[in-house]
Amino acid sequence: MTAELGAFALALAFALSLAQLGLSAAGRGLHSPMLARAGEGAALGAFVAVAGAFLALTAAFVGSDFSVSNVAANSHTAKPLLYKVAGVWGSHEGSLLLWCLALTGFGAAVAMTGRGLPARLKASAVAVQGGLGVLFLAFAVFTSNPFLRLDPAPVEGRSLNPLLQDPALAAHPPVLYAGYVGVSVVFSLALAALIEGRVDAAWARYVRPWTLAAWSLLTVGITIGAFWSYYELGWGGWWAWDPVENASFMPWIAATALLHSAIVTEKRGALPGWTVFLALMTFSFSMLGAFLVRSGVLTSVHAFAVDPDRGVLLLAILGLTAGLGFALFAWRAPKLAPGGLFAPVSREGALVLNNLFLAVAAATVLLGTLWPLVTEALGRTASVGPAYFNLTFAPLMAAAMLVLPAGPLLAWKRGDLPGAVQRLGAAAGLALVAALAALALSDWRKAFGAVGVGLGVWLIAGAAAEVVERTRLFRASAAESWRRLKGLPRGAWGMTLGHLGLGLFVLGACVETGWKLEEARVLAPGESLAIGQYRVTLQQARVREGPNFLAERGVVTAEKANREVCTVTPERRFFPVGGQTTTEVGLCFQGLSDLYVVMGERRRTADGDPGYLVRAYWNPWARLIFLGPAIMALGGLVSLGDRRLRLAAGRRAEGQP
Amino acid sequence: MRRLLLALLSLACVAAASDPSERLPDAAQEARARALFEEIRCVVCQNESIDDSEADLAADMRRVVRAQVAAGRSDAEVRAYLVDRYGEFVLLKPPFSAANLALWLTPALLLAVGGGWLLWRAGRTLAQMAPEPLSEAEEAQLAALTQTEKDGHAFAPTSPREDAQDDRRVS
Repeated sequence: MTAELGAFALALAFALSLAQLGLSAAGRGLHSPMLARAGEGAALGAFVAVAGAFLALTAAFVGSDFSVSNVAANSHTAKPLLYKVAGVWGSHEGSLLLWCLALTGFGAAVAMTGRGLPARLKASAVAVQGGLGVLFLAFAVFTSNPFLRLDPAPVEGRSLNPLLQDPALAAHPPVLYAGYVGVSVVFSLALAALIEGRVDAAWARYVRPWTLAAWSLLTVGITIGAFWSYYELGWGGWWAWDPVENASFMPWIAATALLHSAIVTEKRGALPGWTVFLALMTFSFSMLGAFLVRSGVLTSVHAFAVDPDRGVLLLAILGLTAGLGFALFAWRAPKLAPGGLFAPVSREGALVLNNLFLAVAAATVLLGTLWPLVTEALGRTASVGPAYFNLTFAPLMAAAMLVLPAGPLLAWKRGDLPGAVQRLGAAAGLALVAALAALALSDWRKAFGAVGVGLGVWLIAGAAAEVVERTRLFRASAAESWRRLKGLPRGAWGMTLGHLGLGLFVLGACVETGWKLEEARVLAPGESLAIGQYRVTLQQARVREGPNFLAERGVVTAEKANREVCTVTPERRFFPVGGQTTTEVGLCFQGLSDLYVVMGERRRTADGDPGYLVRAYWNPWARLIFLGPAIMALGGLVSLGDRRLRLAAGRRAEGQP
Repeated sequence: MRRLLLALLSLACVAAASDPSERLPDAAQEARARALFEEIRCVVCQNESIDDSEADLAADMRRVVRAQVAAGRSDAEVRAYLVDRYGEFVLLKPPFSAANLALWLTPALLLAVGGGWLLWRAGRTLAQMAPEPLSEAEEAQLAALTQTEKDGHAFAPTSPREDAQDDRRVS
């Protein structure tokens, strides 16, 4: 019964999205506020209906209703509750439902907020959002209905991939999808602006919070995924330039570029066409990512929920929406009023440079990701691995980071470059000292790592220099600086946190990659291995039964200078349903660094005693790799709380000269 | 049943490249082999290098690479040997060849084209923003105005260029 209600709610949501599209479009066309209001109501209704369908599927999973084929394929009675719930989005159908939930949720949010928005623009945006809902809900209802029944129902389900049975990975898809789909609002607003033929500061101001929210969610979602990969896959890799990772990274790069170009459009009315283009591009990248992940056209280590036939339909949706969007752009963008002029050396100029680097970086990631498809079409096969991205993407980003700290110190319209450089003297000195120290403490082979350390310190010190400048620290009295510090708008803090987080990430990523240590030995209980300054001892190993797995658990202690610093219990888990083995690593936190211990297979030691292959890694400053993006996302949220964004966009004209 | 499961558990091998039983005795050769592993794809895996992969075939491929390194082959020779056996698919770092020119050069090309266009626009903007030299009539007017001010007239008439100047002020 629940499943039938769910299927009904899903079909209802489709009908309501259709109504949302029709009513809002009619409201815009006939200038009827009543029809537009009805369209907004339909948007809210569509969200409620999808939420109902989602709850119904969740209930089927929690109740292990194996007569529903999706539950039978992705759940098991022995699975812990959290993973029964996470199983809802563990399959193609379920994750599409989650996608639709986020899409209609954002649609309802646009419909219910934005009172300051011009009525026509809002009606157009709600209509476009309804159109997206129609496409994706039709896809769900007609090809990917998660509520299909099985007859006879199996007694037991086939369970969820054990690699996915992890708290971080239970949270990863919802957050990431909210980010992916959050940019659909920006897409709808961009199309609406093109329909209305007007892109101005008020529009940019209204787009910004949606971009900020979606960008923060994407940042958190990607970081959770990277953290999961770091501790679950068993060798400490957190980014592999895998197609599925790239699929989530491309919308992030585009959203980052959009975040910066929207500032220019908001403050100076400049770059309206480019900002709209990026808004269209960001959601197109999101849809491309969904297609790449699900269609299985590219082989990925993270491939799940793959279905080639239905994946092609996603390509059709992508082609239709992006095609319409860019066609409208090509038609209307030339007519957009150009914004204010600015000198090349100015805040706007710096942001344009940022956008150049980010746009080329996004194109590079796209090219590297799709290259295997291109060569396949030409009858060859090729692989594009991390080395390609390290040689192309990394230098582009390094160049962008080199100019980054100067941007916030330049004035709008016409900046003073020598002045900015002078104010960054201390930051540059610090960065140079850090890079040289890193080089001096190791050897020339770590030169790339040392450059990275210098860049990281440059970004961190640059973010600090910007706060110093804004508060006139050391130049004005302490009281005056304090007053200025308290008066800084949240948007400014958001930027500082964003750039600081990026610096911390670069620092952590470069130190971890450049200076990580690895050791592996077969240890009998009581034996130990040495790694860096640590002695890692396998105290004992025993078999333990989990709810749906069997595990070999080692008790491992780590000592530094003959003092025990921690005890960890790495495990190797075997899941009988599906016959898969996973590792649970032992993570020993040492300040910003990790001692990372992996329990391997049973082996004989050199003396012939029974033992285990134990692998240990020293991952210096690995914490910063995940802390940095967390601070970036926090910056996004702080910025979101800025008073200027909370004021209705329309009021700006009265408030400012 | 439990013993069977445990037997299965020990079969599933989690021994990627760091496995001590696979290592070469010569540390320099081992380091070279490890660097090569990262560039070589495990051909049966879902996009993993043989450095990371736990598949049996990856272990075989590591053995082949280590044997070749131990036999004194250069990195290029090892790569060529693998390409002969498995095709270019095996290289995670596509070679800088004519067929891959577009892959390697497009980023630089995009940057050059985008940067060039920005520079061209910047030049145009600078020209637009530079104050035009005053015409003779305007010079005369200006001279007259400054003269009037010196003469003590409080309200000088608005200069025709003032609006334009205002627009150029740094805000």
